[in-house]
Amino acid sequence: MKLKLRIWRQESSGCKGRMVEYEVDNISENSSFLEMMDLLNEDLVSEGKEAVAFDHDCREGICGSCSLTINGIPHGPQKATTACQLHMRHFDDGQTISIEPWNARPFPVIKDLVVNRSAFDKIIQSGGYISVRAGSAQDANAIPIPKQDADFAMDAAACIGCGACVAACKNASAMLFTSAKVSQLNTLPQGKPEKDRRVLNMVKTMDQAGFGNCTNYGECEAVCPKEISLDMIAKMNRDYAVASVKNFFGTVA
Amino acid sequence: MKLDSKIPDGPISDKWKNHKFALKLVNPANKRKYNIIVVGSGLAGGSCAASLGELGYNVQCFCYQDSARRAHSIAAQGGINSAKNYQNDGDSAYRLFYDTVKGGDFRSREANVHRLAEVSENIIDQCVAQGVPFAREYGGLLANRSFGGAQVSRTFYARGQTGQQLLLGAYSSLSKQVSVGTVKMYPRTEMLDIVKENGSAVGIITRDLVTGEIKSWAADCVVLATGGYGTVFNLSTNAIGCNVTATFKAYKKGAGFANPCYTQIHPTCIPQEGEHQSKLTLMSESLRNDGRVWVPKFKEDADKHPSEIAEDRRDYYLERKYPSFGNLAPRDISSRSAKEACDDGRGIGTTGLGVYLDFEDAIKRLGESAIRERYGNLFDMYECITGENAYQRPMRIYPAVHYTMGGLWVDYNLMTTIDGCFALGEANFSDHGANRLGASALMQGLSDGYFVSPYTISGYLADNGVKDPDPESDAFKQAESEVKERISTLMSIKGKKSARHFHVQLGKIMWEYCGMARNEKGLKKALDLIPQLREDFYKDLSVPGSSDSLNNELERAGRVADHLEFGELLCRDALERRESCGGHFREEYQTDEGEAQRDDENFAHAAVWEYKGKDQVPARHQEELQFDNVKLAVRSYK
Ligand SMILES: Cc1cc2nc3c(=O)[nH]c(=O)nc-3n(C[C@H](O)[C@H](O)[C@H](O)COP(=O)(O)OP(=O)(O)OC[C@H]3O[C@@H](n4cnc5c(N)ncnc54)[C@H](O)[C@@H]3O)c2cc1C
Ligand code: FES
Repeated sequence: MKLKLRIWRQESSGCKGRMVEYEVDNISENSSFLEMMDLLNEDLVSEGKEAVAFDHDCREGICGSCSLTINGIPHGPQKATTACQLHMRHFDDGQTISIEPWNARPFPVIKDLVVNRSAFDKIIQSGGYISVRAGSAQDANAIPIPKQDADFAMDAAACIGCGACVAACKNASAMLFTSAKVSQLNTLPQGKPEKDRRVLNMVKTMDQAGFGNCTNYGECEAVCPKEISLDMIAKMNRDYAVASVKNFFGTVA
Repeated sequence: MKLDSKIPDGPISDKWKNHKFALKLVNPANKRKYNIIVVGSGLAGGSCAASLGELGYNVQCFCYQDSARRAHSIAAQGGINSAKNYQNDGDSAYRLFYDTVKGGDFRSREANVHRLAEVSENIIDQCVAQGVPFAREYGGLLANRSFGGAQVSRTFYARGQTGQQLLLGAYSSLSKQVSVGTVKMYPRTEMLDIVKENGSAVGIITRDLVTGEIKSWAADCVVLATGGYGTVFNLSTNAIGCNVTATFKAYKKGAGFANPCYTQIHPTCIPQEGEHQSKLTLMSESLRNDGRVWVPKFKEDADKHPSEIAEDRRDYYLERKYPSFGNLAPRDISSRSAKEACDDGRGIGTTGLGVYLDFEDAIKRLGESAIRERYGNLFDMYECITGENAYQRPMRIYPAVHYTMGGLWVDYNLMTTIDGCFALGEANFSDHGANRLGASALMQGLSDGYFVSPYTISGYLADNGVKDPDPESDAFKQAESEVKERISTLMSIKGKKSARHFHVQLGKIMWEYCGMARNEKGLKKALDLIPQLREDFYKDLSVPGSSDSLNNELERAGRVADHLEFGELLCRDALERRESCGGHFREEYQTDEGEAQRDDENFAHAAVWEYKGKDQVPARHQEELQFDNVKLAVRSYK
């Protein structure tokens, strides 16, 4: 395949970026999108030009590193697929493809297609855990958990923290990401004791980090490579309402 | 080099208990005075950093990804073993110990393996308490599956994303410690050297991958949990960034490197498609619970569509050769059998390097929805990569480099031969001998991190007191300037070829001469070719851009430079181990039936390599392995 690429190049966070055009040839339909990028970079490097910087690691859709906006869509056109799992057979020979970084204020560009997503870590640090010291746990089968609840928690826990949800949202809302973690932990019996403070703190941190409100566009769910459902946001909103009331009466544990 | 394994006295089942009691403790009020560096945030590093933080130490944790949550452990699919015996099928810590020693082809240290089996039960408790959503039965209790090399069902799993869920569990504990201030996390930071003073590890040198800043970090001890070195083969199931740099730098500073030739080739990966390929994708071994492996019985059928090959013209070779374990034969054996079939001209797919993993019978027996429930995401992943639907047509699979059993030599306390430098997880050599059983790496990483190192590191600190080393000292300055020099060497070659180019070449040499089957002639050839390639690298490498900003090419060049030296060590080790055992198969040493033939008389030891300086042949030392509990026997899965 032969392709025209329009790629966002930006020296560093302070600099202005711009779209630059490239051409690649002899791309196999069976190669992945990132392998196509590798070949472009290999050409650039052999000419002594700087390679296009992008984040990637596992290349199997699980680490959440890759973060490309392809033809305007985070992770590209293929449903439930990360950029690293997207294969070139889904594109046409001769097609022009635009490649940009996540476009969201809370994720500033570091260089080219690489953005800073540390705000996500901060949200987790503010409550995305169950406080249990190593060695203090009881037997794993002591609390039976209905399969339905375990499955729901797993659906929520499947989030890979890539940030596509934020990138797709006009408001740069992180509700899908945050609610996935809240829903996982608040559903399980182990997570109940910290349920209220968890949701209050995580939402507060999310707001402070500059993520916008959720106004129900639903774009986040549409681009999520793990198909995390909007039900998580509904669950978080319910938990948040309950916790806020308790907070008002000063009864949050 | 002195190799004192420090195995405690006493019967095997009491060793760890007694040792824990014998280890000195640090007074709770003094703990915050100690600084500990943990390099790596995977299962081993993440759990270790979190646990040390919980104890009250001051921990600095580093990883090269942009978040601790993205460490390569995230990619583990199939599951984690534990001797819980929830299935009441005869499991016990002793059986897990036995299976692991046998599975490792009698090349691991009994005492360490027994401890691993003992604490395996605590791991599941810990993870469930953290909110890890393991699969459950309708009654609400935890579900299990079986994995290769075991006849009991002891593997816990979270769909096909067990590593992700365990890592997110460790990451959540780590995040809690970050929020309370005991752990400071430094992502996008790569360790490029370890610093020693008076023979002890006192810190590391890092490069900030965003700003390029080279920095010294001092601490009372250093923990390396930097994962395995499978990427020395370029194509592997590992993440692209996995590397040998941290452990290799420690080796160069005096840490013995044990058994580098023990590499695991996983039998069920998606076959390579072409030159563009950057990595190989694993299809979890759990698939072998329900999938049947076969190739055509006759060469002339190899190009046919699988549905056109009649049942009696198929060779279910694992079931044929290993009737009692069948499709669940251990990884080394399954991989080698696949290679044999392909060497015999019966491999399938366009390259002839592939075998079928067929679910037709399981779908007939259990229904498609049951199979979808068990493996849906794996089938989806397979379709996404190959464009084929495995519910309708058998998967094509082929072995690929997956895991490395070798690593830094450690004693019972997980300390390397450098005083104060510990190695955990895949980075050390300790528990899997010459072959790792499925679902045991996650167990080992978490055992090392949650339940072993917090004790042994405390013991070390209590013995040595607060060292409070000075990051401005000569030792640090010297190490910093060496790191800077190495970087400027790479930047200034200004040749024509990318680091990737050299990595691909190295991978080809390694796979050809030191892959699934090795022999003296080939290994010698590799030992000839690698230094030549290294020479080309230093003549023709191109790293555009600058070293004081984010530069992916520079990162890769540094890692490839280390692999180009390390690959040689790996081949040397493979050459010197004149026997076949586990994942190390020397063609000269096999039984009449083509099985691996160990030489217990001469090789029942761990080979430990000591760096002797640039262009010098490293020295080979031995830790003799004693088998007091498990009788040395021919490993049979028939
Ligand atoms: C595809 C796949 C599937 C697997 N499935 C299973 C399974 O089902 N069951 C099982 O038991 N095992 C499985 N394994 C093996 C298992 O996942 C690994 O052995 C294990 O997770 C390794 O954990 P670790 O903590 O030692 O290292 P890793 O998770 O690799 O972590 C290494 C850490 O070190 C950091 N690091 C590395 N070098 C540097 C440096 N120079 N400077 C700074 N930081 C550095 C990295 O950033 C990372 O944080 C699988 C492996 C693969 C590849
Ligand atoms: S590179 Fe890991 S999810 Fe894409």
